[in-house]
Amino acid sequence: MGKKVALTGNEAAAHAIRQINPDVVAAFPITPSTPIPQNVAQFIADGKMDTELVTVESEHSAMSACVGAAAAGGRVMTATSANGYALMWEILYIASGSRLPIVMAVAARALSAPLNIHGDHSDIMGGRDTGWIQLVAENSQETYDNLIQAIKIAENKDVMTPALGAFDGFNISHAIEIWELEDDNKVKEFVGEYTPLYPLLNTKEPVTHGAWAPPDWYFEHKMNQLEGLLNAKDVVVKVGKEFGSAFGREYGLYEAYKMDDAEYVIVAMGSVCGTTKDVVDSLRENGVKAGLLKVRLFRPFPYKELADALSSAKAIAVLDRVSPAGAQGGALFTEIRSALYDANNRPPVINYTYGLGGRDTQPQHINSVYDKLKTIAETGKVDKQFDCLNLRGTWG
Amino acid sequence: MSEKLLNWDEVLIGGAIKDPGNSKSYETGSWRVERPVWNPESCIQCMFCWVYCPDSSILVDENGKMSGIDYDHCKGCGICVEQCPTKPKSLAMLLEADAKGKSEEDLRKEVFSK
Ligand code: SF4
Ligand code: SF4
Repeated sequence: MGKKVALTGNEAAAHAIRQINPDVVAAFPITPSTPIPQNVAQFIADGKMDTELVTVESEHSAMSACVGAAAAGGRVMTATSANGYALMWEILYIASGSRLPIVMAVAARALSAPLNIHGDHSDIMGGRDTGWIQLVAENSQETYDNLIQAIKIAENKDVMTPALGAFDGFNISHAIEIWELEDDNKVKEFVGEYTPLYPLLNTKEPVTHGAWAPPDWYFEHKMNQLEGLLNAKDVVVKVGKEFGSAFGREYGLYEAYKMDDAEYVIVAMGSVCGTTKDVVDSLRENGVKAGLLKVRLFRPFPYKELADALSSAKAIAVLDRVSPAGAQGGALFTEIRSALYDANNRPPVINYTYGLGGRDTQPQHINSVYDKLKTIAETGKVDKQFDCLNLRGTWG
Repeated sequence: MSEKLLNWDEVLIGGAIKDPGNSKSYETGSWRVERPVWNPESCIQCMFCWVYCPDSSILVDENGKMSGIDYDHCKGCGICVEQCPTKPKSLAMLLEADAKGKSEEDLRKEVFSK
């Protein structure tokens, strides 16, 4: 039987890594994910896992070591945040292009400048097109559960694609919550043994990794890679069901919170969903048909399923914890809006940026979004497609 | 030998290569602008060209002797010519455009009889 523990999100990630007991962890410390490799190092020192911990001089080297170890045939994990994730950039593409199912915990954080070590989604949203599977957690429990599932998703023969399990820096990484830590043996059994496809260390069948693909080959390889990433969608659902049977918590592509008849809908990812659920609950008590569509899988983006889940909405607000950076809106907004273009129901969709650099998002702010959605649904008019939550001064 | 171009759903996952040494089937000679021409008459078989060629394109016969250029792979960098120690040199560069349609014998005469 699992047991209830009161630990931080970082510790949840570290315990998942301990129980998965990968062959190699190569990591470099960066706030707010530092306690993950720190805890892993402690577990190893205490004899609680026998992973080879490779301490490196940068995140670029961390991901490079992960690529080497994974190409050799190992099960490989790491953790990072923000600028560390950004420094991995080049190698993130090499990991996905080489189809190495590395699993990474990301305590999502703002990118400098200005220098800021607090939570937002600038890192993972910036890296959304690096070819990695991206799962986003709402709390510590999901952080732990997602990493365990990510191993099975990434290593699935039809997928063979690296995956990251993201959770909000500080809001989750450093907050102590009560969550269920499952039995070591049950987790071990759930993730199973890993059989690499073409391990470099198999000298009986020599293989080359990282070879050159000139213009008459590169395109075919990239599309072959894309198919693996797209295959992850069905595997996420399958593994989410298996996880449900094993541990009692089932997962899908998204969580539809009070969405059955919802007219005013917020679409969001991460810890803000917890706050939003509380607001939805109190609005429902007052007879307001509010709902939340929490996106769990961001890459590959399940556009069809998300559009279907929004079929009852009369007005939608998408919350992005990242600057639109010159696009029509945040990354989640543009994807959701595009997904709805082919839907029968095409309600007005507005966008908010919130929580940049650790800015707090409180129930009053979420309430103001639902108020806005009600007005839009009643008047049919959108005065502002893009706005900011809890920003000093009026935007636009 | 030229390679068979595979479709996107036929290529090996992750760009892995299970038949090592297949760079041989990629004919880099097609990149060449200039080609080295060899003069066996003045060649002293020092093998400097073989040592320095970055593309392993100096052909060697069963007796370990320099026996010509592998034009399927020679990229025409000219390093072999630079390294050749004989005076005059036993290798010389010629524009590909000027070599079109001519036999190796003819080219040798053309380059080295001057
Ligand atoms: S020109 Fe360059 S590639 Fe060609 S044989 Fe000489 S050294 Fe080798
Ligand atoms: S470097 Fe010149 S002399 Fe020496 S083997 Fe090559 S062609 Fe002959």
